[in-house]
This record gives sequence, structure tokens and C-alpha cells, in this order.
Amino acid sequence: MIKRMVKACCALACMTAVSTLAWSASAAPANPAPLPEVHILPVQGNISMLVGAGGNITVQTGADGVLLVDTGLATMSDKVLTAVHSLSDKTIRYIINTHVHADHVGGNEAISKSGRTIAGGNVVGDIGTSASNQATIIAFQTVLDRMSTEVAGSPASPQGAWPTDTYTTPERKIFFNGEGVELIHIPAAHTDGDTIVFFRRSDVISTGDIFVTNGYPIIDLDHGGNIQGVVAGLNRIVEMAIPADEQEGGTLIIPGHGRLCDVADVVFYQEMVIIIRDRIQDMIKKGRTLEQVLAAKPTRDYDPRYGSTSGFWTTDKFVTAVYKSLRAKS
Amino acid sequence: MRSIFGSRPAAAAAIALLLGLTLSAAAPAQMDPSGEWGPRFDEDRFERIPGPEIGDYLGLPINDAARLRGDSWDAALLELQENQCRAHGSDYGWRGPSNLSIWKEVDQATQKVIAYHTHLSAYGAEQTIWMDGRPHPPDYARHTWQGFSTGEWDGDTLVITTTHLKENWIRRNGIARSDLATARVHLLKHGNYLTVAVIVYDPVYLTEPFIRTSDFVYAPQQQMAPWPCEAVDEVDRPAGVVPHHLPGTNTFLNEFPANYGIPTQATRGGAETMYPEYMLKMKTMTVLPRPVKKAATP
Repeated sequence: MIKRMVKACCALACMTAVSTLAWSASAAPANPAPLPEVHILPVQGNISMLVGAGGNITVQTGADGVLLVDTGLATMSDKVLTAVHSLSDKTIRYIINTHVHADHVGGNEAISKSGRTIAGGNVVGDIGTSASNQATIIAFQTVLDRMSTEVAGSPASPQGAWPTDTYTTPERKIFFNGEGVELIHIPAAHTDGDTIVFFRRSDVISTGDIFVTNGYPIIDLDHGGNIQGVVAGLNRIVEMAIPADEQEGGTLIIPGHGRLCDVADVVFYQEMVIIIRDRIQDMIKKGRTLEQVLAAKPTRDYDPRYGSTSGFWTTDKFVTAVYKSLRAKS
Repeated sequence: MRSIFGSRPAAAAAIALLLGLTLSAAAPAQMDPSGEWGPRFDEDRFERIPGPEIGDYLGLPINDAARLRGDSWDAALLELQENQCRAHGSDYGWRGPSNLSIWKEVDQATQKVIAYHTHLSAYGAEQTIWMDGRPHPPDYARHTWQGFSTGEWDGDTLVITTTHLKENWIRRNGIARSDLATARVHLLKHGNYLTVAVIVYDPVYLTEPFIRTSDFVYAPQQQMAPWPCEAVDEVDRPAGVVPHHLPGTNTFLNEFPANYGIPTQATRGGAETMYPEYMLKMKTMTVLPRPVKKAATP
């Protein structure tokens, strides 16, 4: 039964990923299925985790207001806002996007409009109230580039959903609700615009889809993803986190999809990804074709846990993405 | 002579009260596992103390995926800082080798047992077994080495159900148990002995439930030392290097069948290797030649 639940979770993740990669607003079905519930899980310090709105959402609350990491699917915005307001009656001030996919940025427009940017003085005087009438949306520059660009039949996302504050440096830092918040860019990993977010005082890392617990990592080659970047991102998370006794607890990790974790869970995942990467790299060195690599099933010891033969992100697609990533480099 | 209870009716009432108290004190249906327990290694000594041989999957109801995990496993993995202080999962921790302490937590007002707590000397692992009927957490909650456990009595046996386990191992040679597994533990006390029967259900790596028992003996004089663990740099490796054997390259796998004269096929494990009739089948299998021992040099 548990396995079936995991498969179902995986299917859900895959469905959200489908909506992601092709940013398209499909017509509403005649009898839409009821929306799933959004669950709140207290994490530690100022941080809670919202589950069920697409990608996981991290909520930081405090005296200064509310900061969100990601906003879930557009269709879930009302439920997300209800959940956020149950945690805090303060204003939403910041949204940080971990990457461009719709299951993480879909709620940007509706949720940012419910918030306010802290602004005043000359800024408001020069620009008008539009300077402050939505929450600030921070992301790596390429997230804005992709959201604002129409690509081969896929329209740009609505302007109200775009990041309003981008960065291009390896790190961006803000201080909010009594703690330092580090935004760390991981180049060419899940996509080319990934940010992991570290809440220093609460000791929580929000990883985006560089780390998920319900499947193999999705490597979005079309949006600049690469297996080596995923490995670098996982290495960085392991390096940043400090476990408590018995190598568990301490820094807690909110994955892009799946359950709340600590660094020991990330280590198992990191080891799995590196072992599979090494196997495929070895076969490439021996001159194996993609078809030969797929036939060798280099993931078969992990497939019962992370693999899928149906849906958007099958095991074969994962192996293919790893192979292409490594071939492109070599 | 005057009764110490004063009048006869008062004495009768006092006796009735004492009898009642005595009877009610003797009435509990369940044993109490609380106390200090020392481990016994009469079975599986070599697996539990020095550790299992590489490639020994005998008697494990594992699938092909588990075999490849085991074949790929390199003991050097335990040198990595992030793995040095890793505790055993609660389904394996009883194997230790570990001393065991069990104590109960009681609601002061009702004197009902809310929980049993266990402490194992290995890694100082502590497990809470909730006895108050609380539900298990949702699937998006954290997993831990000890997992989330609830207990209920089946006659005189304490039956513990554990979910939310982190990945761990079934045998300490790389045979993995997944984080989707659940465990059911039966605690049986007989005289001064405690038998812990662990049944692991793993939809990822097991084809059948895996059952294993460990024994403890009452040890009221036991004092356990703490288990401080500090991860250090044991080997200088670049970050992100994970020691492992590529498929088909682990030459150590043949050592176990050759050294012990066991057919290689049998050492690969699988559900049928758990059952006695498998011994008949083994007689038809080829055994690797034992390695020639080098003569000692004078």
C-alpha cells in the first residue's frame, strides 16, 4: 500500500512537471476534479512547509511579515493563501522562486498581489504606488528571462507572475524576520535558474527540485539542466547542513517534492545520483551508445524506489538526460 | 488482645481493602519489559560482532535490486564524514551489538502507560513506543533512524509497529532496507530472558517479510557508557566522491563462497534460501575451489 502511495505521489509530481515544462494554460475541464488539500507541517524556528499545492512551499513567518519560497500551482493559490493566513496575519513581503517550473511559480501572480513590498520615500514618489502593491518576487535572472519570453508556441507567463527582483551573482542575501536568508544559485542543475534558500537562524534549507524524495531528479535539458549541476547542488546541501546526534536532525531540508528531510536523507539521495552518474560515465568512456546504456539498466537497483515506467519522467528519460548531459561535456 | 485494626468490623474492612489492593496489583494482564538487558550472541555471532562477509546474502528474501546494491557497496563508504555517526535503524539496532535499557512513561493521574522508551548502547539510539493510541504521522513528515512506533498488547506480547524509518541496512554488507519499509517487532519476556522478534516489510528490496530474532538477558547491574561520536576526516577525498563498485567489478564477492565452501548461487540469497528444503537443492550446486593458503614463511 505504501508503495502504491509513493507511485501515486510520483504520478502527481510527474503531472505537475508536465504542466511545468510546457507553461501553458489549458482549458478548464467540464467537471474539474476537486483540488487537493494543502497541508501545513511545522518545521523548526520560523519555518513551516506547505504540502499539496504542486511543489512544496516554504513559509517563513515573523514580526516583519511573511516570506514564501515558491508558490505552487496557479490553481492552488486560494488554498495556499488560506494556509499562509492560518500561520500569520502579517503581510506577505517576499516570494523567492527556486526555479521556473509552473508547479513552483504558478501562484506568483495571485499570491504576490495579496502582499506588499516594503517601499517608500523617493521610490514610491518616483514610481507611484505600483512600487509597493505586490510582494517582491526574487529569482535568478534566467527565471525572469524564461518567464517573459514566448518560446515555440508556449506563451510567456503573465507579467504579474514575473520576478520583480533578480540576481546574477552566485549568492544573494537578505535579512528578514530576525534571520539571515541566503539565496544560493546552483548553475545548470535541475534547470539553469536554480536557487536553494538557507534560513540561517531557523537552520532550514529549501532546495527546490535539485532534491526530491519521490523520484529520480528531473533534469530539464531544454531549460539548461545538467546532471553535474544536480550533483553539485546535492554536494552543496550536504556541505551546508550540520546534523545533530546520530547524523540526523540539526539542519532540516525541505525538498522540492516529497517529505521533510534532514541531511542523512540527502546523503542517501546524493550517493544514489553519483553512483548512477558514475556508471553511465563509465559506459560512455567505453563507447556505449545511448541504446546500449538504456539496455544495461544502470539504475536497476534504485528503480523500485525511484523509478517509473509511465508518466512524464520515466526512468529511461532520466537515464537519457544523464547520458546527454555527460556526452555534452565529454 | 486488641486488634491493630481496632474493632472487628474495621479489621474486616481493612483486610478486604488489603486483599482488594493485592488482587488488583496482581491483576495486570501484561508483562513489563522495563529494565536493563544484556545482549546474547548465541546465534549469528559472526554476523553481529566482527560483521558479515562481503557478498553473504544467505537467508535474505531479497530481490535483484537489493543484490546489485550489495554488490556495488564499498565499505569505504563508511569512511565518509556524513556516514561515520549514522545510527542503525530501529529494526536493526537490536542486533547491535548493543546493551538495552527499557523504561516506561506513565501518566501521573491515571497511572496508565503512555509510552515505553528504549536506549541502545550502540549510537545511544533511543526509541519511543507510544502506547496511548496516537496515530502515525502523515507521509510527508520526517523519517528518522528510529522511526515512529506505536505499541499494543497481544496477550503477553508487546507488538510494536514502526513507520517513518530512514533508509538503513538489513545486513551490514550493503544489503539495503528502504525508507518505505515498515517493521513489526514482538517483545516476548520469558523469565529473565527477552526475545525481540523483528519482522521487516520492504516493498522495495524484499520479496517476503524478513523475520529475525535477537535475545537479551536481564542485567540489573548494567551501566551503559555514553556514545559520543564526532565525524572526522579519515581519508582525504574530494567532496562528492562516493566509493562504490561498478557493476561486475567487485572481485570480493567470490571470497565468501570460496572460503566457506558454499555454492555461489546460494550466497546470492533470495526467499528460498530462508527455508530448510533449500539445503537439498544446494547439494546439486557447484562449489568454488577453496583458496590455497600460502605457507607461512619461517
